[in-house]
Amino acid sequence: MAIRSTTAAATTQRSVKDLRLGESATICCLQDPEMALKLLEMGCIPGTQVRLNSRAPLGCPITLVLGDEDYTLSLRVSEAATILLKN
Amino acid sequence: MARLATIHTESAPAAVALGVDTIHTPHARRELTRIALVGNPNSGKSSLFNQLTGLNQKVGNFPGVTVDRKTGISQLTPQHRAEIIDLPGTYSLYPKSLDEKVITDLLYDRESAQYPDFVVVTVDASNLRRNLLLFTQLADLGLPAVLALNMMDVAEQHGVQIDIAELQQELGVPVIPMNARKGIGVAALKIVMAQHLDAPTVSFYEPAEELLPMIRQIRYYFNLHNDYLALHYAHQFRHISFLTPDQCQYVQELVEQYGFEPTARQAQETIARYARINEILLNTVSVTRTERNEPYSNKLDKVLTHRVWGYLIFFGVLFMMFQAVFAWASYPMDLIDQGIALINSLIQTNFNGPLINLLTEGVIAGLGGVLIFIPQIALLFAFIAVLEETGYMARVTFMMDRIMRKFGLNGKSVVPLISGVACAVPAIMSARTIENWKDRIITIFVTPLMSCSARIPVYTVLTALVVPDEKVLGFFNLQGVVLMGLYLLGFLSAIFSALALKFLLKTQERSYFIMEFPVYRWPRWKNVGITIVEKVKTFVFQAGKVIVAISVILWVLASYGPGDALDKAEQQARATAVQQQLSPEETDNHIASEKLENSYAGLFGRTLEPAIRPLGFDWKIGIALITSFAAREVFVGTISTIYSVGQDADMRTVQQKLAAEKDENGQPFFTPARAFSLLVFYVFAMQCMSTLAVVYRETKGWKWPLMQLVYMTGLAYVSSLIVYQLFK
Repeated sequence: MAIRSTTAAATTQRSVKDLRLGESATICCLQDPEMALKLLEMGCIPGTQVRLNSRAPLGCPITLVLGDEDYTLSLRVSEAATILLKN
Repeated sequence: MARLATIHTESAPAAVALGVDTIHTPHARRELTRIALVGNPNSGKSSLFNQLTGLNQKVGNFPGVTVDRKTGISQLTPQHRAEIIDLPGTYSLYPKSLDEKVITDLLYDRESAQYPDFVVVTVDASNLRRNLLLFTQLADLGLPAVLALNMMDVAEQHGVQIDIAELQQELGVPVIPMNARKGIGVAALKIVMAQHLDAPTVSFYEPAEELLPMIRQIRYYFNLHNDYLALHYAHQFRHISFLTPDQCQYVQELVEQYGFEPTARQAQETIARYARINEILLNTVSVTRTERNEPYSNKLDKVLTHRVWGYLIFFGVLFMMFQAVFAWASYPMDLIDQGIALINSLIQTNFNGPLINLLTEGVIAGLGGVLIFIPQIALLFAFIAVLEETGYMARVTFMMDRIMRKFGLNGKSVVPLISGVACAVPAIMSARTIENWKDRIITIFVTPLMSCSARIPVYTVLTALVVPDEKVLGFFNLQGVVLMGLYLLGFLSAIFSALALKFLLKTQERSYFIMEFPVYRWPRWKNVGITIVEKVKTFVFQAGKVIVAISVILWVLASYGPGDALDKAEQQARATAVQQQLSPEETDNHIASEKLENSYAGLFGRTLEPAIRPLGFDWKIGIALITSFAAREVFVGTISTIYSVGQDADMRTVQQKLAAEKDENGQPFFTPARAFSLLVFYVFAMQCMSTLAVVYRETKGWKWPLMQLVYMTGLAYVSSLIVYQLFK
């Protein structure tokens, strides 16, 4: 199941927001049900590799490179925080 | 490529009233096949649309929906012509914005006369996985489809190899590899589009077993042929515009009865679809991973979104844009102005009578007021189209989002706000790139507060009148400082009005900033050209109608008066002219000003006087306020007429006359308090028919332009009142 409700366990998990610049990780699940629908459509599928590509000059939004394709997604930090990572 | 010059959109037989059974009618007997073009944003859909239809495009409204509908005629083969409907770019059939709802409204109603015979789905071949999501949804609706496998060149560069035959087999529809930017594959696509297409036989997703009882009931109730379509009714009944309240009620009861959870179901569906797509891609796509250098896009981004260089370059681009809109556009604008004046004087010297005056001073003058904006609109949209096409706009949005968000705007509001300093009309049109309804409405609402170029004549005349031409702190020109202050006042009022609206406006739509970051590309000049032509056409025909109508009304008000008041005024003016031994030119001006005073417009000016007296204005300024309601530039012309300065309205003489104007006590009328009050009034007041007309067009209703009118006029009145009462 891709969507997980906000539980204590989920909040301690690392999210895309916590990635360092250039760091890659694998998407585990999406936290915010409504946002998840949009993110899924845009290719943030659980199991996909994600790399933090760059930050806007003021720190937000950020850009992510998804999968092994050269597909770049830009989103706000608050939105990135809903994409949880596998440890 | 076959040019389409001989086909006119207007004369093409309209494919209306084709009825319900159109889907099964062979195309040969039809006048016009109707084809919808669907695809993800950045999948090259607009390029393909432009390739297929060229300049045979028109923009209209979708019936009942407040969104643009772009259609065009394409000559597929010598025998076949088709109407192509360009639908907004979308990632799935679950709409997120008003724009995207157009798609579901069109594709879910088989009974509609607008229902397409089939769809062409454009996908980015270098990004197949994500792009196929929308395709599989459309196929499951049972829509006959063609897959336009676009951007094959990019895919090849990335080492992506696609087995077209196998993909065709897997998807069950014709697959045409192409490169729409270069026009490669367009001919093949046209030939396929001219064929009769059957509904796809492959299905990609079956709704879960436990949903079938609910789906069957919906199918039976609406007489639907397809499970997946019925499932979408359950998901989206609230947003499907053609459903009656009773029908909505029925679906809602079913949904509640079966405990249907749309969000979870949609997530499941999306993941299931991706799983299926992965299987398909495994069989059809092989990627030869070569050691690749860092993409050039990333290198460019290191500079173009750099915390220092990024903003500097952005301001450089803006500066260029302003130069273009202010400086370059002034030459063709002057030409248009002179051309209109020439036509007018030609008519006036050869003909006479009230009808001719109506034609020249009402219709043609109004038309001139429309046409004169064409160079600015064309240039501004040329810039914006290039920035969009290259992918730079996405970076600007990215850099500005954080700052703009604080004020209830978003990154994409930057372009309209900045263009607003040139002219609010093209600026408001450029707000269309903002998908979020609330952000877009706020942007449209506050853009006219940015000081546009039409305010410059008013600003300069009044500033020069009351602000001494001297230096402050040794090097700042005081008049320049005041001028800058007026621009700043406009900008601050826009920003803070946005902030206020942020808290006032309620919306169901959630604000996202999840956006694909396109790679940099060279602009396609054909797309840029078509954008320019289309925006100019839209402006001239849509906004133009309203502006001309208002000009005619204003002309009537200024040319006629109650009873024989005007004739009396003219006789009296002639008598005083003879008495004071005025020159023929001065006599004419004196007569013109006396007649204006006694016209309906003058009458309104006098009626208005009690209301504007607290602001320090008299009836003469009242007339100018009324006439310049159509456009601020008219202020100087009206003032020069009232104070009978001369038809050519030389700035200097206007200032001299204004300076010489005395109040009832014999003191100079234009005190600093009065002038500043008037200046502030012009900073805020919504005095631009063109803006109102374009807001009406863009929001498809009178609600927003009227609210804007009331708000801005109110703001102008209150600020003016405060300024005058404080400084008098």
